[in-house]
Amino acid sequence: SNTEIHGCGNQENTFPCRRNAVLEGKLSELGYSSPKARKTGTTIAGIVFKDGVILRADTRATDDMVVADKNCMKIHYIAPNIYCCGAGVAADAEVTTQMSSNVELHSLSRGCPPLVTVTRQLKRMLFRYQGHIGSSLIVGGVDVTGAHLYSVYLHGSYDKLPFLTMGSGAGAAISIFEDRYRQPGSEMLKKLVRDAIAAGIFCDLGSGSNVDLCVITQAGVQYLRGYDQPAQKGKKEGQYKYKPGTTAVLTKTVTPLPLDIVDESIQLMDTQ
Amino acid sequence: MVGVEDLVHFRYYVSSKTINKLIQVHDRIFCCIAGSLADAQAVTKAAKFQISFHSIQMESPPLVKAAASVLKELCYNNKEELQAGFITAGWDRKKGPQVYTVALGGMLLSQPFTIGGSGSTYIYGYADAKYKPDMSKEECLQFATNALALAMGRDNVSGGVAHLVVITEEGVEHIVIPGDKLPKFHDE
Repeated sequence: SNTEIHGCGNQENTFPCRRNAVLEGKLSELGYSSPKARKTGTTIAGIVFKDGVILRADTRATDDMVVADKNCMKIHYIAPNIYCCGAGVAADAEVTTQMSSNVELHSLSRGCPPLVTVTRQLKRMLFRYQGHIGSSLIVGGVDVTGAHLYSVYLHGSYDKLPFLTMGSGAGAAISIFEDRYRQPGSEMLKKLVRDAIAAGIFCDLGSGSNVDLCVITQAGVQYLRGYDQPAQKGKKEGQYKYKPGTTAVLTKTVTPLPLDIVDESIQLMDTQ
Repeated sequence: MVGVEDLVHFRYYVSSKTINKLIQVHDRIFCCIAGSLADAQAVTKAAKFQISFHSIQMESPPLVKAAASVLKELCYNNKEELQAGFITAGWDRKKGPQVYTVALGGMLLSQPFTIGGSGSTYIYGYADAKYKPDMSKEECLQFATNALALAMGRDNVSGGVAHLVVITEEGVEHIVIPGDKLPKFHDE
């Protein structure tokens, strides 16, 4: 009926969930547990300034306590004037932003999309999956009505704010914003967002490596990968190798092993 | 008159202190939301569309009861999936000002005043004691402000700024009271 909200209903009854439950049961019989989804453990931040929007993200993807990717891209392209940062499960953030092809089709008949359109499509999709797509997004861009910044959370709620942070490092980053944010015209906003991401990288274990920067203005987009490297790996202070001759050699015996060639075969590698 | 605070949290992290919980579903009808923000936003978006369509078909502004019914239908028919409650309030030509509450499972009740949300449990006593029928606008504002301030004082997941909206035949008036301007009570 047309009074239905398109939620996914009783999620536990859908095929993938039942299959996963069966697999989990079989694996735990053998003593293993199924692999956990890789989360990005992120700090992403966005801020609206006088001429447009700045989006910044760290580049570390973690798999529990191991850094899975030291330089992953968290700022995704959606439209020429709209970019989106994703936090949460890495695969889910990627999938959500593959709607850029939908947006391209939409813009063929409707022109450059306004930010609200993109936000609404993202929010509808996430709500339909009732939080099982584990990605929280910051959508920022410049459209005909100006520069805007929206947040969309994994269950499908959204909010429009002049500055936003998300991810595991959001707490550290938002504290910088809350303390020092002033009106949009001010120049120190660029430094503010740099400091916010740096706070996330230093104060959160799940964020780190480089910082990506994306500045979107009416004139165009500047996407700078590896813009900043706040945490430099230190140089080793001492020598950890032993000099040859440290251990005295008392006796030396050489025994040649007589080996015969039994079989010889050549396999060419396809190097095209 | 309707009043809300504007804090939303995700487990122990306050995700926003400036979220809008007073959604205007029509010119003279507002809706306060409580519960899951995602569910409430989805429901009010659908309700806003249905109410506006209904008012075009009827060629007149919708009745507050109609708006509340739309929300009730959405809540009741999807009660397994949704976790959101609403207070619908507004003015219409037939019955004047009205307040309806749509609870979690889809119950619709008309009441002279109502409170809702996690912080409401702390002010049931206050509301029952202090409510009088036929209050003036200033008395009503004071009642709502005090109630919100008391609830925000005791409920850890309510807070921020208090938003009040006064809906009359003439129009809609927004009143915003920042946290530090709220009335202070014992021990604050």
